[in-house]
Amino acid sequence: MAQRAGLGHRYIRAFISGFFVAVPVTVTALDRLAYVARVEGASMQPSLNPQGQSSSDVVLLNRWSVRNYQVQRGDIVSVLSPKNPQQKIIKRVIGLEGDVIKTRGYKNRYVKVPDGHFWIEGDHHGHSMDSNTFGPVSLGLIHGRASHIIWPPSRWQRIEPSVPAERMPLLNVNEGSDDQD
Amino acid sequence: MFRRVLVKTLGLVGVTIQYGCIAHCTFEYIGEFVLCSGPSMEPTITNHDLIFSERLSRHFYRIEKGDIVIAKSPFDPKMNICKRVIGLEGDKVCTSSPSDVFKAHIYVPKGHVWLEGDNLRNSTDSRTYGPVPYALIRGRVCLKLWPPHSFGTLSKSPNKRIIPSE
Repeated sequence: MAQRAGLGHRYIRAFISGFFVAVPVTVTALDRLAYVARVEGASMQPSLNPQGQSSSDVVLLNRWSVRNYQVQRGDIVSVLSPKNPQQKIIKRVIGLEGDVIKTRGYKNRYVKVPDGHFWIEGDHHGHSMDSNTFGPVSLGLIHGRASHIIWPPSRWQRIEPSVPAERMPLLNVNEGSDDQD
Repeated sequence: MFRRVLVKTLGLVGVTIQYGCIAHCTFEYIGEFVLCSGPSMEPTITNHDLIFSERLSRHFYRIEKGDIVIAKSPFDPKMNICKRVIGLEGDKVCTSSPSDVFKAHIYVPKGHVWLEGDNLRNSTDSRTYGPVPYALIRGRVCLKLWPPHSFGTLSKSPNKRIIPSE
């Protein structure tokens, strides 16, 4: 009788000590390193979710690479939505601070991206709530960079940064015109 | 002998990782200590005050009008700002200064807050850069720890900038 009670106590103790190791380490890894998320919606078609509702892509979001708020044009990033802090939106970085962007549907035709902000757009114009709706987004809202598509297996790939040619910024006030030789 | 050193080192690394992760979880989800600098929150918080800001209100979306918050600066994400929440989304805020003849009001857009320092004369805040997205808020200041003579909870706004909700 006493032996079985002793064994039970040992299991409980092992479980609790394991719990206090596993939970903080997992939470820290998800916050600082990377996590996975399912992409919903059609705003990034055809790059993400090309089949729409029938099969959503699952992407790996790298949090370590954005810890110093360094992104490049063409990256696909996940951002805390300026319109709803409980929601994360996934869009492509089109412009960085200092870029002059020709907007599509924004209240101003041309926008210079202010310091500490960046300009994001969904690849599927017209089906996307992005900077063309709410303007330049503060860099502090950036959450992670989508580095790989990991599901479905047929779409296993590394996501390369690329800005569509027609969406390139016109110039950067810090660097000068983009067609310099 | 070499094996013993290796095992001990691995043990030390493991313990460091474990305590580092516990520290991360505490500072990220419970609260953190912040050293404030600048005059924008005088007289409530002065230069070189140490305060404790809790993260729970921010994670559970329970930040209220009149709270003092620490937020990431909209123009430099590596810098933090310490201001008071004057309006939440949908609230009416006064954008003109008290000395203006004509009063101007705006309604705070969805997902944003309006921040102002208590020292209105010496503060760059939402009156300069507009409403701030809620997600930039890091935590709510709940306790002042240093200097000892002003230890304790923080007082309400000395200015009458908060328009009560109807």
